[in-house]
Amino acid sequence: MNLSDSSDKSDPSDFTPKKKIMAKYKMHILICGGTGCKSSNSLQIIENFKNILAEKGLSDDVQVIKTGCFGFCERGPIVKIMPDNTFYTQVKPEDAERIVNEHIIKGRKVPDLLYTNPENKEHVSDSKHMDFYKKQIRIALRNCGFVDPENIEECISRGGYEALGKCLTEMTPEQVIAEMKASGLRGRGGAGFPTGLKWELCAKNKADQKYVICNADEGDPGAFMDRSILEGDPNSIVEAMAICGYAIGASKGLVYIRAEYPLAIERLKIAINQAREYGLLGKDIMGSGFDFDIELRYGAGAFVCGEETALIHSMEGQRGEPTLKPPFPAVSGYMGKPSNVNNVETFANVPVIITKGAAWFSSIGTEKSKGTKVFALAGQINNVGLIEVPMGITLREIIYEIGGGIKNGRQFKAVQTGGPSGGCLTAKHLDTAIDYDSLVAAGSMMGSGGMVVMDETSCMPAIAKFYLEFTCEESCGKCSPCRIGNKRLCEILEKITDGRGTMEDLTELRNLAAVIKDTALCGLGQTSPNPVLSTLDNFWDEYVEHVVDKKCRAGVCKKLMSYVIDREKCIGCGKCAKGCPVEAISRTDYTAPGHKLASMVIDSTKCIKCGACINNCKFGAISIQ
Amino acid sequence: MINLTIDNKAIQVPEGTTILKAARMNGIDIPTLCHFELDGMNFENKPGGCRVCVVEVKGRRNLAPACATDVMEGMEVLTHSARVINARKTVVELILSDHPNDCLQCEKNGDCELQSLTKRLGIKEIPFKGATSTYRKDSTLSVYRDMDKCVMCRRCETMCNKFMTAGALSGVNRGFQAVVAPAFEQNLGDSSCVNCGQCVQVCPVGALTLVDDISKVMEAIADPTKKVVVQTAPAVRVALGEEFGMKPGEIVTGKMAAALRRLGFDQVYDTDWSADLTIMEEGTELLGRLKKALAGEEVKLPMFTSCCPAWVTFYEKNFPDLLEYPSTAKSPQGMFGAVAKNYLAPKLGVKREDLVVVSIMPCLAKKSERAREELSVNGDSDVNFTLSTRELAHMIRQCNLDLNDMPEEDFDSPLGQSSGAAVIFGATGGVMEAALRTAYEVHTGKTLPKIDFMETRGFDGVKEATIDFDGFPLKIAVVYSLGNARKMMEQVRQGNPNGYHFIEVMACPGGCIGGAGQPYHHGNSDIIRKRMEAIYREDAGKPIRKSHENPEILAIYKEYYGEPCGHLSHEQLHTHYFDKSDKLEATK
Repeated sequence: MNLSDSSDKSDPSDFTPKKKIMAKYKMHILICGGTGCKSSNSLQIIENFKNILAEKGLSDDVQVIKTGCFGFCERGPIVKIMPDNTFYTQVKPEDAERIVNEHIIKGRKVPDLLYTNPENKEHVSDSKHMDFYKKQIRIALRNCGFVDPENIEECISRGGYEALGKCLTEMTPEQVIAEMKASGLRGRGGAGFPTGLKWELCAKNKADQKYVICNADEGDPGAFMDRSILEGDPNSIVEAMAICGYAIGASKGLVYIRAEYPLAIERLKIAINQAREYGLLGKDIMGSGFDFDIELRYGAGAFVCGEETALIHSMEGQRGEPTLKPPFPAVSGYMGKPSNVNNVETFANVPVIITKGAAWFSSIGTEKSKGTKVFALAGQINNVGLIEVPMGITLREIIYEIGGGIKNGRQFKAVQTGGPSGGCLTAKHLDTAIDYDSLVAAGSMMGSGGMVVMDETSCMPAIAKFYLEFTCEESCGKCSPCRIGNKRLCEILEKITDGRGTMEDLTELRNLAAVIKDTALCGLGQTSPNPVLSTLDNFWDEYVEHVVDKKCRAGVCKKLMSYVIDREKCIGCGKCAKGCPVEAISRTDYTAPGHKLASMVIDSTKCIKCGACINNCKFGAISIQ
Repeated sequence: MINLTIDNKAIQVPEGTTILKAARMNGIDIPTLCHFELDGMNFENKPGGCRVCVVEVKGRRNLAPACATDVMEGMEVLTHSARVINARKTVVELILSDHPNDCLQCEKNGDCELQSLTKRLGIKEIPFKGATSTYRKDSTLSVYRDMDKCVMCRRCETMCNKFMTAGALSGVNRGFQAVVAPAFEQNLGDSSCVNCGQCVQVCPVGALTLVDDISKVMEAIADPTKKVVVQTAPAVRVALGEEFGMKPGEIVTGKMAAALRRLGFDQVYDTDWSADLTIMEEGTELLGRLKKALAGEEVKLPMFTSCCPAWVTFYEKNFPDLLEYPSTAKSPQGMFGAVAKNYLAPKLGVKREDLVVVSIMPCLAKKSERAREELSVNGDSDVNFTLSTRELAHMIRQCNLDLNDMPEEDFDSPLGQSSGAAVIFGATGGVMEAALRTAYEVHTGKTLPKIDFMETRGFDGVKEATIDFDGFPLKIAVVYSLGNARKMMEQVRQGNPNGYHFIEVMACPGGCIGGAGQPYHHGNSDIIRKRMEAIYREDAGKPIRKSHENPEILAIYKEYYGEPCGHLSHEQLHTHYFDKSDKLEATK
């Protein structure tokens, strides 16, 4: 139903509330309490709504709900009024009073807070008519923005824990695994390993103790779907982990979550405690004899700890670095016991697969990649946010329809998918139907779902360097190709972007990147050269320009730029020289015709390319060349 | 059995074999760097980190580390395809690009595995120029750390944590800054390090080296006011020859004595002599404790040996509650020093401080033991300098000598004669066997029916036996590796459920023959085996094989000490231990 409660019942992602506990109120005000909107003061909005409703004596009729992320972060904070499904954007705390007076009391929408269609400038009040949501199918994010994540009853009212009940009462563990296998769900953390198969491998191993581990490390700095799910719908993860525990024969669940996610941690803790109170965790769940409980383990936020063996070592109190597989965690994982590791988004799909069935789930997506994928849409794009789309959608649909196209009417140049170790794809890939395999074939990867859109103001060698700097920082240092190789890649890229590069460097860059990919120990090192290789493949001319012509067409590489004063335009006011922090500007003895003072000149050997002079010149006499 | 091809050669190997082993079993020597194994001695380092051993496996997306990839049916492996050679060379070039490459001045010059790998791969230049990682230099009295040279093979870490359980070294920092260091990057000397030095023995490069004391010894020899005497430990004589191209296991006792004289030592003595003395003291102490135990008195059993200085430091740091269990007998090095300074100096007509005692040890921990305050008088250590086997070889070469050319000479008297029991101190189980030979005869008053105790020999990390002491079942255990020693101490904490009476502990693989000061074995455990064979050969060839039958030992008791564990020997030949757990507390 995307974000609409009144949608067609045949919609495959419909999650109609099962118990109408919300029904006792006449209206509901859903306010985003995700990290993004919170930082834009959404908690104050909630407070204001509550106060105003109390003042007006409406507290018993109108419920204020702090939800998780709606996804449309570009226009946050988001406030949604139910049941008429009005979607207000960029709401400020002081707008609460207007919304209550106009919308709640008088039944009139507040037009200036509605989303405006950028094409026809019309106000759109129902999110399902917004381009951002039209093409989305929300499975993993089904409850985000709909429920109070701190209230398990709301979750239950929307079908939460129904899947667990079904598993425990109607299905054998083998049937659960068979259903998961039939669904075609693949790991959403990046590697895309079939989830059902992973469960089966772990289920096969006999042990006195097994573990279900939820990878909530989310090391990709651009991705925040796992955080949003945990903040917006923690109960779905608790439920899925219990289902997994039932399927593989584990009574303990562990969530490895980065300590930088305080809100997700808090809500997850609340969900776990409430689930315990409701008998949905703990001993003899639903009288089935199945015991399961969940503990949290905090990570210090290391990219490499998304790798499952590194994650397990970190949980054990060891240095967070990967070890060779085999043995796989399914055989010897946490504390040497069989362990099944899935990431948050993967788990979020599980209850839906159980309740709606594998056949339904596998009807969505492509042949080898079923279901949906959540992407964190970022960069030079109009609609930044969190989106969930069916596998097989094209980059063009995501960027131009959901994303609303490139900011400021600029030209699309590249899209980086798969996080810091993904690749940069170009216009020629825009019509690729994206799934795990097509992205790899195109030289990138699904990764955890980061998607950064770039326009012509991005310099591709500089972008490659930017990502390499990240992987250099985040390499654990265990294997030589990753520890030293990535550093060398970075250094060569620095040479190129500094204008010191040679054609030999480009050859070396490609060889070294290929060797790192071929020899590194874990997924981090094996993918870290992707930004280099994909930009070399897709933007070779730009590298050559940096190396041969010493030019950066995007105007990003400072050392390749020079600031020049047009002596005919310069009136000699000297403001540029006054503002120059390194005294690189001096007066010439040339006075342009029509001007009274001699023109200024920049000493390029002193210039640090800070741009202060351009900003100070009111006559457009200074340009970058 | 698994069928596969390596370099198009069809081979068959047992299931569970790695590609590396399968290749080596079939004459294909895939180069490695981080991988290190002491076959049969329970030590393996296989992080798969260096990526030097990568090979191409048909159907696999990326290259596979041969050291850590098991063979599979029908596997097709290429160890020298263009892709493999390019990758392998690139990886080594990368390692070299973050290495000081100061080979000429490096302690490991000629012994460096990275150096030989570079030569083998024919790397003539390093295409990568860039930053090199730097780290502060650090040293204990035994181990010198220059982490600029570290290649992150993690051998030291595995040795320190898995084999020794000393827990002093582990990977710290990330990415290019990753390095192996003590917790919180404190100095090694402030950590839980026990100075066993095995990290040095396994380091492939010059990142961890010994603290070189050659020049100090040379200075002492050159000083006309000093009389310089030397003692040589049992394990040195079965390994020193390796440094001069001799086969492992060659016994060079006589040549070594000759070389030491030519180096300028005034007297050349034998630590074997003081090993016999140790047996007299330690054996008597054991019998004393047993007698008390039989009489129902409160007494600490099992008694542990105390010859191994790494072991001593280990229990001082980790088991401060059990300090009364180990024997109070000083180590043979320590006993020799005490005898030399107290008994020998007056005999030689020199003042204590003018007698310089040098020891040649297979060990790096002895360098730290030597400096223990309680083993000195008024700041003058009983043993003034300790050189390792490798340093002695170095010194011999520096002085233009070749061990091969040396004549066979004897040690000087009176601290030179020894029994076979003393020689076997150099191998795991040797101290136990030596002690049993004496304790049995002293206790029972009978002659041993069979002098060789086979149950204490061999490379098992933990050996247990019950010895019939004329009706009394003496329960003994012999362990090497401090990890095994830790298990024994934990048993003691649990009330000694196995009822041991006497436990021998040596830190190093196979005992002192595998010591950190010995010639580098580069993971070839056969070398250590050959040294052990030589030790028992030397023992078998000795006319006297029991410590209590060594005439020079009997003489010194008669002339000087009176009786074992008597008043004077307690003063000079026994020591005490200290609670050193405070350093560990800081890192807990």
